[in-house]
Amino acid sequence: MEKIPILKMGEFLLVTIQVDMHDRLAMALQDDLTRTISQTDARGVLIDISTLEIVDSFIGRMLSNIAAMSRVLDAETVVVGMQPAVAITLVELGLSLPGVRTALNVDAGMELLRASVRANKELYGSRVD
Amino acid sequence: MSEIQSNRNHKSLAGVLNQNSEKVLNEWLKEMSGSTRRSDLIRESDLRAECSRFLQLMKQATESDSANFQSPAFEGVRDMLSDISRSRSQKGFKPSETATFVFSLKRPLFNEIQNQYRGDADAMAAEIWKLNELLDAMGLFTMEVYLKSREEVVRRQQEELLELSTPVVKLWDGILALPIIGTLDSARTQVVMESLLQAIVQTNSRVAIIDITGVPTVDTVVAQHLLKTVTAARLMGADCIISGVRPQIAQTIVHLGINLLDVTTKSTLAAAFSVALQRLGISFVRETAKG
Repeated sequence: MEKIPILKMGEFLLVTIQVDMHDRLAMALQDDLTRTISQTDARGVLIDISTLEIVDSFIGRMLSNIAAMSRVLDAETVVVGMQPAVAITLVELGLSLPGVRTALNVDAGMELLRASVRANKELYGSRVD
Repeated sequence: MSEIQSNRNHKSLAGVLNQNSEKVLNEWLKEMSGSTRRSDLIRESDLRAECSRFLQLMKQATESDSANFQSPAFEGVRDMLSDISRSRSQKGFKPSETATFVFSLKRPLFNEIQNQYRGDADAMAAEIWKLNELLDAMGLFTMEVYLKSREEVVRRQQEELLELSTPVVKLWDGILALPIIGTLDSARTQVVMESLLQAIVQTNSRVAIIDITGVPTVDTVVAQHLLKTVTAARLMGADCIISGVRPQIAQTIVHLGINLLDVTTKSTLAAAFSVALQRLGISFVRETAKG
């Protein structure tokens, strides 16, 4: 079965979705990602969906769920590179993905993650490793 | 009896067209030259060719089926009429001028039938009535096609207007503006939404300003559409600011109970622009005069 790779970049995880998401793949990604976050102690997750062209309500909800789960595991999620057609579809489906942060591209997303981690550190002091 | 009657009648109209087609054609052209001849729009020779072809088609049609314009026999006539009607509406003929093409055929044909049925008043009346109905049906058909082709023009213009009316303007590196003029309906919002989102991707812009100064009224539907656009832009990672909210519109929005709390709104495009610059961390400093 095909699998979506999860790459570790410093204290962040990078997930690039490059194939058509079907439901089983989405569930597998959810499992993998939560496990990897807790294993690597990641502070942020960056999901790149710039090549994703078709979404349905299930995938939309999954993105939302992943963001919520990561937050529980103390990692910020940023979804980057959503295509206009995908954005329109999600809005028409009534999924505005509240609580999911978004950015135009991987660069902007990384910047967002670094900024939020920095802000967290200033607020609560750095985590003891 | 009626079978024989109709047989004779149908023969007679076809017969008229068969025997005297040249005479009918000449009289018809004369008839048209009176009121509706537009020599500025169509050449004499073209008109003549058109008319004689039309008579030819009519002859064929009436030979197989006497007077039912909807029958398959008249398909050729119908096609030609719709071609004529369409080309006339494009050339700038008036509706009445277009319809008279058919109606001016009445007098020549009536004259011929009169000649043929001299002395038999009943048969003449029946034949004339039949012909009258046929020509009226043709006239109405011509008008229908005329109007339809006009409507097509209007629709095409509307579409072009739709394309023209949604320019996305780049204000700064990373800042887009979308000035909306006129009423927003579903079709237009779709175009607005798509062109804005497309432009966001192309220019890599982080902030988009939707300026609604030119939108006369905002109702729940329009507000819904605006919110959808803002949400879609946010999903792609761009911030949206709505500017140009006039006092009346602000009142309407509150009275309608529309929730715009999650959206940044500004009264002017300038205010929105300065917020956008702030978000990108750009600031301007006025150069003070030296010395």
